[in-house]
Amino acid sequence: MKYTEEHEWLRVEGDVVVVGITEHASEQLGDVVFVELPEAGTEVTKDEEVCVIESVKAASDILAPIDGEIVEVNEPLVDEPGKVNDDPMEGAWFFKIKPSDPSQMDDYMDENAYKEFIG
Amino acid sequence: MGDLKRTPLYDLHVELGAKMVGFAGYDMPVQYPLGVMKEHLHCRGAAGLFDVSHMGQVALRAGSYEAAAKAFETLVPQDVMGLGAGRQRYGFFTNDAGGIEDDLMFANRGDHLFVVVNAACKEADIARMTAALSPDVTVEEITGRALVALQGPAAETALARLNPAVVDMAFMDFTEVELDGVACWVSRSGYTGEDGYEISIPEADAEGICRKLLAMEEVEGIGLGARDSLRLEGGLCLYGNDIDASTSPIEAALTWAIQKVRRADGDRAGGFPGADRIFGDLAEGVARKRVGLAPTGRAPMRAGTQLFAAAEGGEPIGEVTSGGFGPTYEGPVAMGYVGTAQAAVGTEIFGEVRGKRLPVTVAKMPLVPANFKR
Repeated sequence: MKYTEEHEWLRVEGDVVVVGITEHASEQLGDVVFVELPEAGTEVTKDEEVCVIESVKAASDILAPIDGEIVEVNEPLVDEPGKVNDDPMEGAWFFKIKPSDPSQMDDYMDENAYKEFIG
Repeated sequence: MGDLKRTPLYDLHVELGAKMVGFAGYDMPVQYPLGVMKEHLHCRGAAGLFDVSHMGQVALRAGSYEAAAKAFETLVPQDVMGLGAGRQRYGFFTNDAGGIEDDLMFANRGDHLFVVVNAACKEADIARMTAALSPDVTVEEITGRALVALQGPAAETALARLNPAVVDMAFMDFTEVELDGVACWVSRSGYTGEDGYEISIPEADAEGICRKLLAMEEVEGIGLGARDSLRLEGGLCLYGNDIDASTSPIEAALTWAIQKVRRADGDRAGGFPGADRIFGDLAEGVARKRVGLAPTGRAPMRAGTQLFAAAEGGEPIGEVTSGGFGPTYEGPVAMGYVGTAQAAVGTEIFGEVRGKRLPVTVAKMPLVPANFKR
């Protein structure tokens, strides 16, 4: 598992990377009430805004952590945005991305570094 | 952040684990560990306790209630003189252009007038009252008292444990009640759309009474986050967002709060700032109106969202002034101003969110029906 400074987690599953937000991020956001997902098949570049999530407080963007193609999105989240608070690290993944340059993953933190990052 | 003021309940908020934020110069709880959504639902389902001590409490004395009321009527378009002893009413200060300088509650305390104003406006309000009304009227800011609101369907049951007399209070009654041996000023009112009470407590006793209420099974502490979503579902204006110095009460759909006796054909017509503009709006109609808005999809439409008549093209016809997610409504809720042509309930318009025009329907306010004790 890798972590970004934007509080996303990245889990490699075969040749795709699953992306979600960390428990810490979901706690900071508060109750999530809206999730807008990208469309499967979309080509994205690193740091491009691909998802929007809104909590009771505010809207936040989820950025593509790496270049690649969105190959699957977690459609049920649209109807159950509260899963982002209930199960951020497993059930509430946002999308799966097929990397075009897997070495971009090397830039990100491991779990210990992320824990240090959030203090 | 160092110069934020604290209410008499600050230590209690911190002890309860509240997340504190600066609001109108005060360090206030935005949410408790329960979180905004659950706090909101708890208030509508049982009872919630809110610290609103940041608001301004002001006594106006002029020898008699009638004298204070007569003077106060020069600043507000409400029927102050006709308000019975032990009764409270909603009102607002107007300016010469007919805009709203602040909204407020006022009560007939028998021998004087008691006014509660918004925290962000209280200095200006007190200066306005003092400049306009003294020396005939003494304007005294009451600083030694906390103000809390207990709101929700179980508020009556909870507060009655401290004094059963509160059960007999009707909506907008205002009276002195002994709670736990302390003389408190209690009104049956609030700003959530629920039944409940607003309670002014001497500051030394405030924490003790709040602890007693919070120890009851029905009662949870509620922060500013849920206060906002509750009042939004209740169709209630937030001063500075939904009404301000440029909005007339007629545009703001607050015509109901201007009693007939103060209108153009009333016995005490006019005599408040901006009466000409307000009477003109009443006689001729207004170009824009505050309406409730129910977005069709799930995306919240927040303050500042531009509104359009059509899915493509055209200039904005208005703007969302408050918007977010309504936990009881179970969807996004908003209010805002639209052109009179689009103000009819059921009109479908569009709000531009992140560059996309999403459908939104003009809806009857409040979006969640009020549950007052009549």
